[in-house]
Amino acid sequence: MKTDYNEDIRLFKYRSTFFWYLALVIGCLILPLLLDEYLISQLTFICMYAVAAVGLMLLTGYTGQISIGHAAFFAIGSYTSAILTAKGVPFILALPAAGILAGFVGVIIGRPILHLTGLYLAIATMGFAFIVDEILVRWESLTQGNMGFYVDPPSIGPFIIDTELRYYYLTLVVLILTLFAARNILRSPTGRAMIAIRDSEVAAEAMGINLAKFKTIAFAVSAFFAGVAGSLYAHKLFFINPESYTILLSIELLAMIIIGGLGSLHGAVFGAVFFIFLPQVIIMTKDYMPVYIQNQTGLEPALFGLLIVLVMLFEPMGIYGRWLKTKFYFEMFPLYKKDSFKREKKYQKAERH
Amino acid sequence: MELVNEILQTVLSGISIGCVYGLVALGFVLIFKATEVINFAQGELLMLGAFISYSLITMLNFPYWTALLVTVIFMGFFGTLLERTVLRSLVGEPVYAIVIVTIGISFFLRSVVSMVPGWGTDTYGFQTPFTEKFVRTGELVVSWEYLAIVLITTALILVLFAFFRFTRVGTAMRATSQNQLAAVYMGISVTRVFSLTWTIAAALGGIGGILLSPITFVHMNMGFIGLKAFPAAVLGGFGSLPGAIVGGLIIGITESLAGFYLPEGWKDIAAWIILIGVLVIRPQGLFGIQEKKKV
Repeated sequence: MKTDYNEDIRLFKYRSTFFWYLALVIGCLILPLLLDEYLISQLTFICMYAVAAVGLMLLTGYTGQISIGHAAFFAIGSYTSAILTAKGVPFILALPAAGILAGFVGVIIGRPILHLTGLYLAIATMGFAFIVDEILVRWESLTQGNMGFYVDPPSIGPFIIDTELRYYYLTLVVLILTLFAARNILRSPTGRAMIAIRDSEVAAEAMGINLAKFKTIAFAVSAFFAGVAGSLYAHKLFFINPESYTILLSIELLAMIIIGGLGSLHGAVFGAVFFIFLPQVIIMTKDYMPVYIQNQTGLEPALFGLLIVLVMLFEPMGIYGRWLKTKFYFEMFPLYKKDSFKREKKYQKAERH
Repeated sequence: MELVNEILQTVLSGISIGCVYGLVALGFVLIFKATEVINFAQGELLMLGAFISYSLITMLNFPYWTALLVTVIFMGFFGTLLERTVLRSLVGEPVYAIVIVTIGISFFLRSVVSMVPGWGTDTYGFQTPFTEKFVRTGELVVSWEYLAIVLITTALILVLFAFFRFTRVGTAMRATSQNQLAAVYMGISVTRVFSLTWTIAAALGGIGGILLSPITFVHMNMGFIGLKAFPAAVLGGFGSLPGAIVGGLIIGITESLAGFYLPEGWKDIAAWIILIGVLVIRPQGLFGIQEKKKV
């Protein structure tokens, strides 16, 4: 029985939870020792995208503000870090600087557009992403435009992170720090204010929550994580150009958190795993297909699109939703009913006339 | 005088592109009004329509107008099929899940088109009755290709207006978009309205595809025009049908003028700058109605 409100917002719900997460972290540390270089680099990409996805999850999944412009913050992070390290700033400073600049831009553009709601906000952020992309192309003295920008492998002090394995550990550490920070933000008054805004803006305002302030904070924090992920991305690929940060990246990030399961940090990580590993699985199954189809370049995106549709048809609450249902099934065994999680299918009543 | 002509020409070509944006935006708005879903695959429906009309005209030698009709019917059927097989089972599920499904559909359609024999990743064009024909009034020279887009769009808008205003089905669709529950009480079959909405939206996409092909040619990425139609729909206020067309025209004309008079690079972002400017001043778009959800 709970005797204290603090029990509701503990970092780990039960003591056993802590040990399970510890086991997971140790598993992640050991895992690359068993894999080849290519798979390790895929794991690196998962960690990297998961950082950005956690950022977007804070904004979309917890504060309820949709952004289709996170590729812009990702790009700002990448370029900040690339330019700073090229000028001789150590990576260990450039990484947070990338996040901070992205967060700062987030505050500046967030202030005027955050009073928009739902769809209108989504479109405004999308427009912002297009404008940033164009600036990156045109501001050639700084970004070298479409020629692209070469980035050095990062180093911390004398220690150069130039192998796949080392880079994996770097991104893993950043991801763990990100998750830890996000979890802590969410149980602080700020995080609870964000969740309140998501559930009902009117009710949140009535409770004395300053909507503009907390929406801007959410936007800034979210942009910060996207910027950090962008910095990691730049140093992983050694070469960046504006083409890597199109609208498709923004849409992918959004799809990632929705497929993973909106409103949970697990979902952000699940979504990143889904998006990186699914293409790999598709490539593996390629050998079993007819030769004509095998040689089509469109095969992978087609199957990818199809699988997205199927996953959402099968589980509209995302992968985390399925995880919860499975857990519930075993906890409640044998009382689980098929309809335990069934939502009441209701007709919408739009308030526009 | 020359300057006036130049501006007129630019504006006219802007209007015709704007009409296509408007048509795609209409597709967005129709589906959004009925189901609250943003259909990310609207641009891909346009692309599919363009490819089908291309095949009909160049491979099967259909006359232009027959091809237009067949494409519209086929696309309408395709829209119904899409709704029946995929989207109907998602009615009542969270809206964002459905939006992601439409994103999946758009990936799928784009890649499948590249895999169809005879379509592939190349760029194609086809002859229309308007190719290489011009109207001259004084100094002004207007291509029939552009004029045809404006005329066909106008006709289409009139038909749609009459449909929503004077037919029972149209009234039922308007009622459903206002209040689904009340519509059900009045004996309207909401699922059939959804189905019909997708049919109309897909058919509109098909027409947009045919009209656009002489200008941008037919290729697998022409669906990205949907991204331009997006600000058009929002500019008009996402729930308004005339707003979608006006928004499309504004975006088209701005783009055209910016492409002509501003340095390179402004063409693609001028529309977005205007959009963000409008939204900062009027958060609900030009024709939108401020939504206040009851608590």
